[in-house]
Amino acid sequence: MNSFNLGPEEVQEIAQLYRLGITQEEIELFRGQLANILESFQVLEGVDTKDISPTEHSGDLNSVMREDNTSPPLESTDVLSNAPLQENDFFKVKAVLE
Amino acid sequence: MSQDLHYLTIHELHELIAKRNVSSVEIIKDVLSRIESVESDVKSFVSIQSDSALKQASVADGLVSAGGSNPLTGIPTQLKDNLCTLGVNTTCASRMLENFIPPYNATVVNKLNEIGSVFVGKGNMDEFAMGSSTENSAFFPTHNPWNLERVPGGSSGGPAAAVAAGEAIYALGSDTGGSIRQPASLCGIVGLKPTYGLVSRYGLIAFASSLDQIGPMTRDVTDCAIVLNTIAGQDKMDSTSIKSKTPDYTKALTTGIKGLRIGIPKEYYSTDIDTDVSEALRIAIDKFADMGAIIEEMSLPHTEYALSVYYILAPSEASSNLARYDGVKYGLSALDADSMWQAMENTKQQGFGPEVKRRIMLGTYALSSGYYDAYYLKAQKVRTIIREEFRQAFERYDALITPTSPSTAFKIGEKMSDPTHMYLSDICTIPANIAGIPAISIPCGFAEGLPVGMQIMAKPMAEDTILRLAFNYEQATQWQDMRPQL
Repeated sequence: MNSFNLGPEEVQEIAQLYRLGITQEEIELFRGQLANILESFQVLEGVDTKDISPTEHSGDLNSVMREDNTSPPLESTDVLSNAPLQENDFFKVKAVLE
Repeated sequence: MSQDLHYLTIHELHELIAKRNVSSVEIIKDVLSRIESVESDVKSFVSIQSDSALKQASVADGLVSAGGSNPLTGIPTQLKDNLCTLGVNTTCASRMLENFIPPYNATVVNKLNEIGSVFVGKGNMDEFAMGSSTENSAFFPTHNPWNLERVPGGSSGGPAAAVAAGEAIYALGSDTGGSIRQPASLCGIVGLKPTYGLVSRYGLIAFASSLDQIGPMTRDVTDCAIVLNTIAGQDKMDSTSIKSKTPDYTKALTTGIKGLRIGIPKEYYSTDIDTDVSEALRIAIDKFADMGAIIEEMSLPHTEYALSVYYILAPSEASSNLARYDGVKYGLSALDADSMWQAMENTKQQGFGPEVKRRIMLGTYALSSGYYDAYYLKAQKVRTIIREEFRQAFERYDALITPTSPSTAFKIGEKMSDPTHMYLSDICTIPANIAGIPAISIPCGFAEGLPVGMQIMAKPMAEDTILRLAFNYEQATQWQDMRPQL
């Protein structure tokens, strides 16, 4: 039995935040699985991270600057070649404001 | 002779090509006929490009005749299907990208193109590189050439199986938490995850950008150095690629490791590791001692936290990276919906498989308001501690040796119902990604007919040390010469 309990509404809410459509079956499945995984993360509470800075990059890279040179971009026909819907060199979407 | 071409190494084939004993067209024909006979069992390819491969081989033969030969010229390779290939389907083994045809090449693909490579096809993988068995491919699972009822590992399971089965001479994979090394281990080949930033990620379909790296999957260590020579180096298209002069890695392949200090971190030999795996490692470590290396048991006490850190950070980054699949610009699009929002929800519902959805949900939760500090920020702080622990270890040791995978290849279906059980497959490989350090897996024995892999880790940019140690071990053993019976 784990101490984490995710309600179906919470699972639905997470999916909604991401605009991810999920079924009732998936909600039930993910409830238990996500709770188990989140429960396992509790081990991190045992690590003292006082005064420790978070990692921002896994290497030792500093911000890099380069000359702002222009170069030819992809052709618009190439950019649009995978578009599900297009019109006059634009991606076409359903109405955003209804 | 010619029937064995598909099982030779890059350097053996290059020698034959350079002496004009064999042509690239002959090699690719032999590889294609090998694919014809074993692919229905192994299923390592999402797609096979035989026509263009034959043309590329012919071009390569022309380059050789003109005297412009690189060791990789004319050598057939498989690319993991998350590497963008101009005009060739790049699916990420996902329904989302099933029909996606990239308008550009990944930098590594361009680099291989420039020297006359021959691309046989695109390798199967766990969907969006999320998984450790290639069972999460939306299309079909890949089978381990050493035992067809078992997984090849993942997520680069297709590339690992193709190299082990003689369906490609080498492959390129990607590694976010072990996705090159763990399948290399399970399939008995060599797999290197380079230092973060050594190889450009441009054109690698993003999973977790602070952890992803592209690397070679080969039959031996010499081949690994040859491939790394070609793919390493800074790229203006990837601002996280490291600015430094990359050496000729084949120069690291020298005999003698006397006096090198090797740490054996005890946390990697816990009860989570199968006995036959740890036994194979003990024997391998003795071999390093025989060759004059100084072996010391040591401790990396924060190792136990790496798995949790990874399963917070990687899904968080993935949830951000995968937000681009909204059905507007490319990929699957659920056009039958009534509204824009509904179309977006349906697109993701239909396009993503269960593991991808699970990780998106996990990442979205970890990044959501109210939980950010407890999960994401905490994980990034523990990551700092883990990186520092490695940094200190490499002040004393030239390299660390551990198992690559806690077990040999497991049965297809065995771990699919329990994600947390599956996640443990990467327990030995994840720390190198978190720390950004290079790590290789090389074959170090067999248990019940299945390959066992050994991992060698070193400090950032010390690929030469790793290759030297691996090369010396390889010369002292014969594991790289073993081939599965198919």
